[in-house]
Amino acid sequence: MTTRIDVTLTVNGERVSRSVDTRLHLVDFLRSELGLAGAHTGCEHGVCGACTVRLDGEPVRGCLVMAASLDGAVVETIEGLSDSGEIRDLQEAFVARNACQCGYCTPGMLVTAADILTASPQATREEIREHISGNYCRCTGYQAIVDAVEDVLKARAAKREAA
Amino acid sequence: MKWPAMGYARVESLDELWRALDAAGPEAQILAGGQSLLATLAFRLSAPSTLIDITRIAALKGVSVAGNVLRIGALTRHADLARDPLVARHAPMLAEAAPLIAHPAIRNRGTIGGSLALADPAAELPASVVALGATLVLASRAGERRVPASDFFQGLFTTALDAGEIITAVEVPVATATSRQTIVEVTRRSGDYAMAGLAAALEVDGGVVTSARLVFFGIGSGAEVARGASAALTGKALSAETIAAAQAALDGDLDPPTDLHGGPEMKRHLARVLIRRALTAYLAPTEQAA
Repeated sequence: MTTRIDVTLTVNGERVSRSVDTRLHLVDFLRSELGLAGAHTGCEHGVCGACTVRLDGEPVRGCLVMAASLDGAVVETIEGLSDSGEIRDLQEAFVARNACQCGYCTPGMLVTAADILTASPQATREEIREHISGNYCRCTGYQAIVDAVEDVLKARAAKREAA
Repeated sequence: MKWPAMGYARVESLDELWRALDAAGPEAQILAGGQSLLATLAFRLSAPSTLIDITRIAALKGVSVAGNVLRIGALTRHADLARDPLVARHAPMLAEAAPLIAHPAIRNRGTIGGSLALADPAAELPASVVALGATLVLASRAGERRVPASDFFQGLFTTALDAGEIITAVEVPVATATSRQTIVEVTRRSGDYAMAGLAAALEVDGGVVTSARLVFFGIGSGAEVARGASAALTGKALSAETIAAAQAALDGDLDPPTDLHGGPEMKRHLARVLIRRALTAYLAPTEQAA
């Protein structure tokens, strides 16, 4: 039985090669092997959304992806999204709206919210709520998070119109 | 807790899969999207010796139409079902069902083949394919066979799949001008498993129901065909009265067990509500108001 698998993947634009234990899921791989601690380990069975990262361009549960399956994959974490500036406006809106309190859900929430900005730029408040329904926040009551996402959707729409 | 120790193998073709299954032995399991299977590892509800990853088998991918059949590859993800134009046109119930399944991040990984093979009693897709009269294409080293969806599901988490056999595709008869298909459910929170759900597929010709298949989920051990309620609609003009007759016939159809959400009476009540919600949309606007 092979319990270690060699994988080469791209994480935040950098190519990395590792031999990973089959027991390892994507979030633990990021945190313990690569030192990228932005994505949080929460429930570890796909319910809470704290571990949400981008895999091949789409948000996924990091705890429900085998690290061993990642050969050739492209992973982006909150560190990569922050460095690229792709969601700077979203992060600023989260601060302005006080949309993070303890901060545990925030990295996963931002990855999911970034998906709304690209996938549903016309999203209503109800659709924003639906889209983040898989990301639990135990502090804010979600109102401030929906406010922040809505602010950015409106600001980006206004920018597109002006362009 | 962390996953148990296990082997992992990735295969790129069905031939490689058969070899890997032979090599790994009977305790191996097939890994597709993994959105249920990997969660069960953490609870030790599964402890496979090896997971065999089929997600790169090209033959299991893609959606196409040939004649009157929509073919959906087993690896089609819920997110694909939700936005595929062929699915939207030819099997709108499946496009409607996909957004009801869990959350966006889960839908980006979970597959139709995986959901059907698991046969969770509260899942949307098993009930949907039964309602649509779909056929499942199964393959093993011995070759291919086709099983009607209604025969495939055999109870709680139990299917007609033999050891060493996988689902390769789902074949759905394409919707016609007379088809009316919809899926409705009651959940406490968006994305939860349904407390009760209904996949309804009707043929309505000139206001008269020529065939009806009402299939419930989340109220029993699997996709539950409500034969009495379906029969109560068939041959009748769709009206408030026939909907009431279908609701009344439900008592003979359903024998819901008590679960986390409540007892049999609550489930029966929800089932009646779902019939009304699903079918009222097909009434003439004047009747809907009434």
